Amino acid sequence: MDEFVYDSVYLSSRDLREGRVLFETWQPNAQYAWDAGVAISRYLQEFKAGKLIGRSCPECSRVLVPPRMFCESCFCPTDDWVTLEDTGTVLTFSRCTITWDLVQLEEPQMPAVIEIDGASPGMGIMHMLGEVDPEALAIGMRVRAVWKPADERTGSVTDIAYFKPLKE
Amino acid sequence: MIGDRVAVVGAGMTKFVRRAQETPKELAWEAAHLALRSCEMTIDDIDAIVIGTAPDAFDGVHMKSEYLSDGCGAWGKPVIRGYVGGGTGVFAAIQGWYHVASGLFDTVLVVCEEKMSSCRPHPQAAFLTIFDHTTERPLKPNLLWIFALEMNAYMNRYGLSKRDIATVSVKNKRNAADHPAAMLGDPDITVEDVLNSPVLAWPVQRLDVSPVTDGAVALVMSANHVARRVTDRPVWVEGVGWNLDTAYWTNRDLAYPVYVEEAARMAYDMAGISEPRKQIHIAEPYDPFDYKELHHLEGLMLFDRGEAPRAAADGVTQRDGDLPVCPSGGLLGVGNPIAAAGLMKVAEIFWQLRGEAGARQVPGNPKRGLAQAWGDLMQVGTVVVLGV
Ligand SMILES: [Zn+2]
Repeated sequence: MDEFVYDSVYLSSRDLREGRVLFETWQPNAQYAWDAGVAISRYLQEFKAGKLIGRSCPECSRVLVPPRMFCESCFCPTDDWVTLEDTGTVLTFSRCTITWDLVQLEEPQMPAVIEIDGASPGMGIMHMLGEVDPEALAIGMRVRAVWKPADERTGSVTDIAYFKPLKE
Repeated sequence: MIGDRVAVVGAGMTKFVRRAQETPKELAWEAAHLALRSCEMTIDDIDAIVIGTAPDAFDGVHMKSEYLSDGCGAWGKPVIRGYVGGGTGVFAAIQGWYHVASGLFDTVLVVCEEKMSSCRPHPQAAFLTIFDHTTERPLKPNLLWIFALEMNAYMNRYGLSKRDIATVSVKNKRNAADHPAAMLGDPDITVEDVLNSPVLAWPVQRLDVSPVTDGAVALVMSANHVARRVTDRPVWVEGVGWNLDTAYWTNRDLAYPVYVEEAARMAYDMAGISEPRKQIHIAEPYDPFDYKELHHLEGLMLFDRGEAPRAAADGVTQRDGDLPVCPSGGLLGVGNPIAAAGLMKVAEIFWQLRGEAGARQVPGNPKRGLAQAWGDLMQVGTVVVLGV
């Protein structure tokens, strides 16, 4: 098959450094305003009040978080708001030491999927972990939301600063 | 199977490189030109075109398949672009199959191209918008997080170590040393090299990850009567399958890719495969990360859940093992120009089943192989089974 591989031209860093190749650049200026939607608007209103809520499905009885107005499994309307705990279990986590564009971070970020108490098994949300030794992180760890002070909450998922280990 | 039998009769590709001088159009043409030449056809022999290419945001060109189309031979022909993220390359072959199987077309040219290098400072910029804009993006996630979270869930479920998984990266980069298009072939790489590479987002380290790549791959697919005329070694599409999991990725079981299993079941049913472990002789599962090869082998039901790492350690998945896996060198070794990487896997099975894989040829005259890709928000599985 070797004859069916084209001898494409590879640019080396030297080609670029020494200006041996031509290119054009452009930087888009795109701005967006996303409506939070029916379910997530209510979800985020409750964040302001320091509460997590889910939505229940009348057919499969799952309590869903993040909440949604329809069950994607049964494809029917969900029918009730359910107050959840602000505690949960770490389903998985990472210790991230670089930014998206590969710049080294001084402090590791600790994103996690956290199964929220009061929702159905496996119902996790993505959030950050804090006040924990990065080396002590473990799947199965019990955690609680650390809310920002009420007057600093804006109705965003960042109204929870992070989740920290729960002493039970 | 639906309709007439469909064959792959030709394949061609560009070199996979970090940054190509060619424009996307030029890369597409290089691959398409060689695919046609490999089966002694011209663009006039082609009835329809399938284009596979991943996010427009990589190139900064809205509707990039229209931009690419001239290089794909699409002028004056029926054309379709499929896009299922990383699953696109194998999905494009599936689209080629149903274009012909429907009876609508006798010959289809399938072209997949990706030029990731244009996106500055890093093509990850294009991926940042994959996260939910209201519930996730305020946390400023980076794409590596979801792979790190999935890899950790997989390792934890089965008690796997980084060493268990690093063997995949070593195997694929070594295999790629024999691929004439490969970017990261390395016959001397060791498990220690992988384990000592910089940590990006634990448990993901630099050598667990496939590189940013530019490249293109093309296939010619045809109806039975054309295949018999143009080649004495057609490779038949025996089964195709694809499946999507929920986009609520934090609600899924990240340790097992159920969508890959569903896609594989669809393809195996079509191919009449009841015992995939006996009936599949070579596999090219999608390996953008080393753990993904293992994850996907389990989803493809080629190993029990949690058992693929042991099989890899025992040499089962080496080129001369019982089930050669990624004999091409995969995305980890040949490179990962997203859509083109998936179609490269289909091309590799084509070359292997024809005995044309040169130094990469797996022994024992394999008769059936599969290619699989994965993508969207870690939720799509696409599978093609080829046989001779
Ligand atoms: Zn339901």
